[in-house]
Amino acid sequence: MIRVQGLHKSFGSQPVLRGLDLDIATGEIMVVIGRSGGGKSVLLKHLVGLLRPDAGSVAVDGVEITRLRGGELDRVRERYGVVFQGGALFDSMSVAENVAFPLREKTKLGRAEIRGRVKEKLEQVGLKGMGGKNPAEISGGMRKRVSIARALVTEPEIVFFDEPTTGLDPILVNTIHHLIMDLHRKFRFTAVMVSHEIPEIFEIADRVAMLHDGVIVEVGPPDAVRASANPIVQQFIRGDIETVPAGQRR
Amino acid sequence: MFSSSTPELWPAPLRPIAALGGRTLDVVSALGRFGQFFAQAVGYIVIPPFKLGRLVDRIHFIGFRSLLIVILTGAFTGMVLGLQIFLTLSRFGSEAYLGPAVALSLIRELGPVLCAVFVTGLAGSALTAEIGIMKITEQIDALQVMALNPMRYLVSPALVAGVITFPLLTAIFDVVGILGGYLVGVELLGLSPGTYFGEMKTFVNMSDLMTGYWKAISFGIIVPWVCTYKGFNCGHGAEGVARATTQAVVLTSILILVWDYFLGSVLP
Repeated sequence: MIRVQGLHKSFGSQPVLRGLDLDIATGEIMVVIGRSGGGKSVLLKHLVGLLRPDAGSVAVDGVEITRLRGGELDRVRERYGVVFQGGALFDSMSVAENVAFPLREKTKLGRAEIRGRVKEKLEQVGLKGMGGKNPAEISGGMRKRVSIARALVTEPEIVFFDEPTTGLDPILVNTIHHLIMDLHRKFRFTAVMVSHEIPEIFEIADRVAMLHDGVIVEVGPPDAVRASANPIVQQFIRGDIETVPAGQRR
Repeated sequence: MFSSSTPELWPAPLRPIAALGGRTLDVVSALGRFGQFFAQAVGYIVIPPFKLGRLVDRIHFIGFRSLLIVILTGAFTGMVLGLQIFLTLSRFGSEAYLGPAVALSLIRELGPVLCAVFVTGLAGSALTAEIGIMKITEQIDALQVMALNPMRYLVSPALVAGVITFPLLTAIFDVVGILGGYLVGVELLGLSPGTYFGEMKTFVNMSDLMTGYWKAISFGIIVPWVCTYKGFNCGHGAEGVARATTQAVVLTSILILVWDYFLGSVLP
């Protein structure tokens, strides 16, 4: 279980997270929605230990990770897989080398076994026979799928997805969402996904959390969030342009 | 309490002093970060696991890819030296000393300095740009969340590769330069080959070679240190990478010249 309590983070004089609380249960798909620039990726970076909060805590199965450094933090990260917004593929390596990289660096598996695992993961994400390509030679959707394969190749317990479908066409968005659902069903990892693909995201989430003004304003099963009386949630789901009066926030 | 980082909060007459204090603190803290970066990189050289594959890759990146430019610039530096020194010495009837003059200029001074400056322009700038792009495309974040230390993976191998390749590249630069001087002095201007090389043996000694060697090693540390640091600390987007690359080349070139003067006055 991941427990976020009272998370505060500012960049200069700009507060981004203002006492955020969120619990993510083991094995669930938690989707964090919210407006662009609202701090979703900042929250994700705190969960994976790339940012340290000004105040508050992030605990993974009871281990407070905001205080960990070096080897101790790495031991927690070894349970993670992360799919970055832009893929973050190493452009000096081929697709197969990218997927093999975490296995080569962090495990003692032999070459043949690594090759087998890479082949299997590329097949699972629908990229059979693409291992020899360079990341620059493949499309945006393929890059996202390679990134998912790389994140899952070590069979992590917790997988973080930072806007895995941003910039893709509707068919590819559905393809990626179904891929994530299939892989989740198969490997039962805990998934934390940042997205603003409304309404598609409601189909794959176990629970949805709405981040607004640096705090979670609504959290619950997709149907409950969809039916929320909170005007901010409704405005976001419907994509209304007019702003919510200050008195009706939260 | 007032802080020097917020001079606008100070009474008007004291604001320039507060601003100066703030700038000074910024410089001192930047130097601290720069030193800490180096200490960490050195730490990961001596603490296992060692990234041998990355070291070989960096030797190729810094050394092999710079080879052609080092040979080309070395040859023309030697030829220019050969021509200019010959013309100067011929005024005093001392053309016989052309060989040692070219060799000493190259081995003690021009070889290590020019080689380091050219390698900075070629491989150093590429190091900064590569790491900068890795930073802005989240590739460094990806390394971190895979529980891999980016310093161990990107910086320490470059430092070791610099220490290995710079003396070798400098030696190649010196040899090619001496041959360039030979081409002009002996083949074009008519000096005898025996005089060119014979006098060299008399005047160039081991301490001259060691001076050049220590300079090359220290430049082999400075260039990757500054260039990787600038890449790691680049700003946002393409502009941030471009600015970091320019700063890396300018700062490294200045540090090379300053350190060269310092070593030149300390070493025998």
